[in-house]
Amino acid sequence: MELFELTLHELLALHSNNEASSQEITNSVFMRIHQVEDDVKAFISLDEENARRKAKAADSEKWSGKIAGIPFGLKDIFCTRGLKTTCASKMLENFVPTYDSTAGARLNQAGGVLVGKLNMDEFAMGSSTEQSAFFPTHNPWDLERVPGGSSGGSAAAVAAREVPFALGTDTGGSIRQPAAFCGVVGLRPTYGRVSRWGVVAYASSLDQVGVFARDVADCALVMNLIAGRDSRDSTSLEVEVPDYTSFLDADIKGMKIACPREYFGQGVDAGIQEAVKKALHKYEEAGAIVEEVSLPHSEYALPAYYLVATAEASANLARFDGVRYGLRDDQAENVIDMFAGSRSQGFGSEVQRRIMLGTYALSSGYYDAYYLKALKVRRLIYEDFQKVFKDFDLIVAPTTPTTAFKIGEQTGDPLTLYMNDILTVPVNMAGLPGMSIPCGLLNGLPVGLQLIGKPFDEGTLIKAAYAYEEVSGTKCLKPQGVK
Amino acid sequence: MALTIKEVEHVARLARLSLSQQDKEIFAAQLGTILEYASMLNQLDTDGVEPLDHILPVFNVFRADQVEPSAPREEILSNGPLVEDGQYKVPKIM
Amino acid sequence: MGKDYEVVIGLEVHAELKTESKIFCGCSTAFGAEPNTQVCPVCSGFPGMLPVLNEKVVDLAIITGLALNSEIPDYCKFDRKNYFYPDLPKAYQISQFDLPICKGGYLDIEIDGKKKRIGITRAHMEEDAGKLVHQGNITSTPFSLVDLNRSGVPLLEIVSEPDMRNAREARAYLEKLRAILLFAGVSDCKMQEGSLRCDANVSVRPMGETKLGTRAEIKNLNSFRSLERSIEYEARRQIEAIEDGEEIIQETRTWDEEKQATRSMRSKEEAHDYRYFPEPDLPPLRISREWVEQLRDAMPELPNQAEIRLQERFELPTYDAAILTLTPQSLAFFDKCVELYPQPKTVSNWMMGELSRLLNQNNMEISECRFGPAELARLLNLIDEGTISGKMAKAIFEEMFASGSPPDQIIKEKGMTQISDQDTLSKVIDEVIAANPAVVEDFRNGKDKALGFLVGQIMKATKGQANPGAVNSLLRERL
Repeated sequence: MELFELTLHELLALHSNNEASSQEITNSVFMRIHQVEDDVKAFISLDEENARRKAKAADSEKWSGKIAGIPFGLKDIFCTRGLKTTCASKMLENFVPTYDSTAGARLNQAGGVLVGKLNMDEFAMGSSTEQSAFFPTHNPWDLERVPGGSSGGSAAAVAAREVPFALGTDTGGSIRQPAAFCGVVGLRPTYGRVSRWGVVAYASSLDQVGVFARDVADCALVMNLIAGRDSRDSTSLEVEVPDYTSFLDADIKGMKIACPREYFGQGVDAGIQEAVKKALHKYEEAGAIVEEVSLPHSEYALPAYYLVATAEASANLARFDGVRYGLRDDQAENVIDMFAGSRSQGFGSEVQRRIMLGTYALSSGYYDAYYLKALKVRRLIYEDFQKVFKDFDLIVAPTTPTTAFKIGEQTGDPLTLYMNDILTVPVNMAGLPGMSIPCGLLNGLPVGLQLIGKPFDEGTLIKAAYAYEEVSGTKCLKPQGVK
Repeated sequence: MALTIKEVEHVARLARLSLSQQDKEIFAAQLGTILEYASMLNQLDTDGVEPLDHILPVFNVFRADQVEPSAPREEILSNGPLVEDGQYKVPKIM
Repeated sequence: MGKDYEVVIGLEVHAELKTESKIFCGCSTAFGAEPNTQVCPVCSGFPGMLPVLNEKVVDLAIITGLALNSEIPDYCKFDRKNYFYPDLPKAYQISQFDLPICKGGYLDIEIDGKKKRIGITRAHMEEDAGKLVHQGNITSTPFSLVDLNRSGVPLLEIVSEPDMRNAREARAYLEKLRAILLFAGVSDCKMQEGSLRCDANVSVRPMGETKLGTRAEIKNLNSFRSLERSIEYEARRQIEAIEDGEEIIQETRTWDEEKQATRSMRSKEEAHDYRYFPEPDLPPLRISREWVEQLRDAMPELPNQAEIRLQERFELPTYDAAILTLTPQSLAFFDKCVELYPQPKTVSNWMMGELSRLLNQNNMEISECRFGPAELARLLNLIDEGTISGKMAKAIFEEMFASGSPPDQIIKEKGMTQISDQDTLSKVIDEVIAANPAVVEDFRNGKDKALGFLVGQIMKATKGQANPGAVNSLLRERL
């Protein structure tokens, strides 16, 4: 077996036994990347020279960090010092940050070797990675299909075994949905669990940094490294970080699992519902108690999300005005023309659409009817979950309404594309942790099982995910679209 | 129901986006559709419901009044499209 | 004209709060640094950056509220105020919209001995924007330069009720507010450095009318004088316009110092729609009553309290008390001096007289005075002891001001001790009498004024150092 085919924990075991050096691992990873990248196109930029240099140093200096010498990838929304960070946008095509995101820095400090920056929907706005200003990424399971979005590059790279793990961000499902489409594990932590400092903001009250990995154990290992308070992010909470690997325990007897009926409606593919119900049986067989519940305001989460998220985004993206960084329209004769020219040239149509929507929702005369109304509905959604979690440990549901669709299939109507998030956005609106793990194939394409937990209870998610993994035979599925 | 072109122009002005006539028409239709979908929120009676504007049960997050080193000037200006005399240069305001 | 109309004025004052570091990052707030040398990715609005609130800003805001008799609510939060401008890095300003840190309040001013209470609507915390440097003025410059050193400096915006009725009241309000902020130790209030900025909202209405007229906002007045003049001009302009049948437009105006007139700043841009919404990156604030009381207990003496103390304990007239309490530095000087020379009225006279004159002449603040209260106390003691005359003291005082040397040293160096010795004086007196027989004759014939001439001659002969009292009595004896 090639080194690139191994999981993070397998690599760590070999590395600590001196059976594989950092350079050997990095060589294998780059060999794999060059082997499949023309087909998958997961990366916007590779930092091969630096990565190889770090791997060499990791070996010669005998780095002792928890992931010393292990390669990883970052969604191109994480600022990396000295390395271009584009958010898949023309606006930041040449932006080189002078700082590292906290999450990225923690991985660096643990000895990780950054391999490159991964493709995404522009400014994290999308569900297919087709909104990247540069090129779409291809699903390793079927190269004619999307990997999901907005963290499509991260999901595809992990699925195609280009990197053992990668970080992404999830604002409305942008980790869970691509994880489901690509058949990998994706974890979106509780809002406030991981620092957002140095991560280009889309929607400040919904964004969260999370992990893509091939199995649950890997996910737990990475969570240990990135979770925890950052004094530079006022919304990152002072909550103790447990050893998430201590939850890798398959005994879930007595765990109370809630199954929300609203997630099994007619918009969700029958085959997916079937796969999820099979998974729930497995849980019952393992001793968990599964009951149907109602999250009555579920269908209102998506419209509320598209008001709250776009409103915050319209403000977060206003700083891209061509003055201090990013694309500038240098033909403009006055500052107002410069602002409009730079932004219109720099932003793609989906980004412009969301900025327009958000601006409208906040504008005079419409604030109460749209933005304020959406915040009130947000509380109702939050309370729905609170009620269920009084009596249950976990919520289990499908991650997506369909499996991966074909590239170009959904680019006509924005609303259709938004519907992809219908099962994931309620989690962001309530600030909860959510995970997607593979639960089988449907017509050769992966299906994701979504686990939703109480605030700061990623441990229960990991436990339940691990327990399922152990009995389901859906761990580390190998995509059929690439070598 | 689509937005009017005037409404689209107004919002574009607020957002500092410059749209072609075609863009304006497309946005008018698309935004109209999306807003119509969003108006389903009106089906819910939210009288007396407190807006959830801060999701975390956290207050009073502070830092001490201590000076930290600022960024070296060349570094902070390094991404500037046009820099003169240590400042960002922009075309005239009016 | 003007008799039928009432002028209604409200002031919006922005005070830079006296912290070491900025409101949301650790960059220094020091004035006068080279452009863009006190900035970081946070206050320059780079992607992925987040604000963290400086606790001292909240302390100073609460102290200000207490000093202005405001209510400090249990809960407040920040909001984003969205607009585009090259000196606003995030294209939104983090401010407070509907739930500010201070609600209500008032301060009292005194005009011609009459007290008037000016209401305060609110005060809120916000971050400052950077600075735009133009070539020439804003309308003619072909380009501008952006310096973000000031971006993120903490501000407190204090909004008054529209309770002022003329330029004098507005000035008195601003002077009093400035004194309160200085005494409370929350701001340096240096208008010329921009740490205190004032906008005036001016409208007029027919006398007796209760509805407010349309107001114009005059922005960025940076001196007391321009405040008064701009209000007077604007009131006149509006009244004239109304009498001519014109409509007053709600707009922003600026004060043109050269033309001594207000000018419209209206551009083709429509009015700002700031699209305020709660700042998601900053958790809200819960202000406990303990926190407020802790700050209240530690508050320094405020101008009103000091004025009362000066009037009650030192029996100073209200006029003196008001002048001496204009700044904490002058009050401190006074208090220290009186400690060493317990004749408050004398000290006050010298401070309001000679000291004030010299400071103004030289454009200096009392904190820049080269000598201290101890030196003034010593000088006053020397007068009482008879070592120098009052007139000599004035000359010595000027020398003290110029050089900073203590009075004893100056007296020694210039040999300026007052001559009170009888023998020395008698000798000079005899000489002068001998030299002016006609004048002596005049005096003996009842011309009292002639004595003054002789005294003058004696003073001249002794280079002003003769003790006038002694001279007078000795001279009369002789004659």
